[in-house]
Amino acid sequence: MRWLWIDRVVELVPRERLVAIKNVSLAEDHLHDHFAAQGGRVAMPVMPATLIIEGMAQTAGILVGHAEEFREKVILAKISKVVLTREAVPGFTLRYTATIERMDAMGAATAGRVELIDPNDPASVETIGQIDLMFSHIDQNLAGREFPEHNFVFGESFRTVLRSSGIEF
Amino acid sequence: MSREEIFGKVRDVLVEVLAVDEDEVTEQATLTSQLGAESIDFLDIVFRLEQAFEFKIGQGELFPDNVAQDPEYVQDGMVTDKGLATLRERLPHADFATLEADRKIANVGEIFTVDAVVNFVERKLAV
Repeated sequence: MRWLWIDRVVELVPRERLVAIKNVSLAEDHLHDHFAAQGGRVAMPVMPATLIIEGMAQTAGILVGHAEEFREKVILAKISKVVLTREAVPGFTLRYTATIERMDAMGAATAGRVELIDPNDPASVETIGQIDLMFSHIDQNLAGREFPEHNFVFGESFRTVLRSSGIEF
Repeated sequence: MSREEIFGKVRDVLVEVLAVDEDEVTEQATLTSQLGAESIDFLDIVFRLEQAFEFKIGQGELFPDNVAQDPEYVQDGMVTDKGLATLRERLPHADFATLEADRKIANVGEIFTVDAVVNFVERKLAV
């Protein structure tokens, strides 16, 4: 399994906003453990909240990385705020909208909205959460620590998502 | 804006960023050892102060960058005379009492008290 928690970028306004979607699928192994049937309880597959946060981190991380043409190594440094009010189940689509609140040479702060799209009523979009994050440009860290020159953050998987979404980079 | 008003806004920022209680944010409290700030929190604090007070803070203006890596400023884990003088010059808002008493590099974090942040904002607003 690839560590990729968005399926497609649907909108990009450079240095401002990026919107991505994630289709929740029963083909994903982890949904069968989260939560498996136990005792008298039937299985209850729901997208783990931690992976929703990761999805937003990838959405916002690409936005921040794209701003400097992926020259910076953009690392998730802080989860400032998470509110999730509803579960995402297989067949539903999660939509992540990340916006840059503030960015400088050291890093960026992003605000994120999580929405859920019902396959039976795709026109209705329900906001189910808010995820605010901070990213560090790790080569600019205060400790002056050095990292490999190769940009290990934005590897081939991310490039594939961007390319298949029709994003130039 | 009065010093009291500045303190109130700084306290709100620190409560939000560091997830501490209001009464923990005293003027003498140090951001790192007492309020638990980590390196990324300093960037978060800078961003939120900019929003709260509507000014821009340059890199290294409120908190120093790369002092610890410069052998002119730090030798054998201790801040040199030149290092201390440079910090004093660049960060006139900070509190150097603890670092002056013991020059070990770990004490550089102690110069950032809540009072130091309030001083910084006060100076910045006065310009």
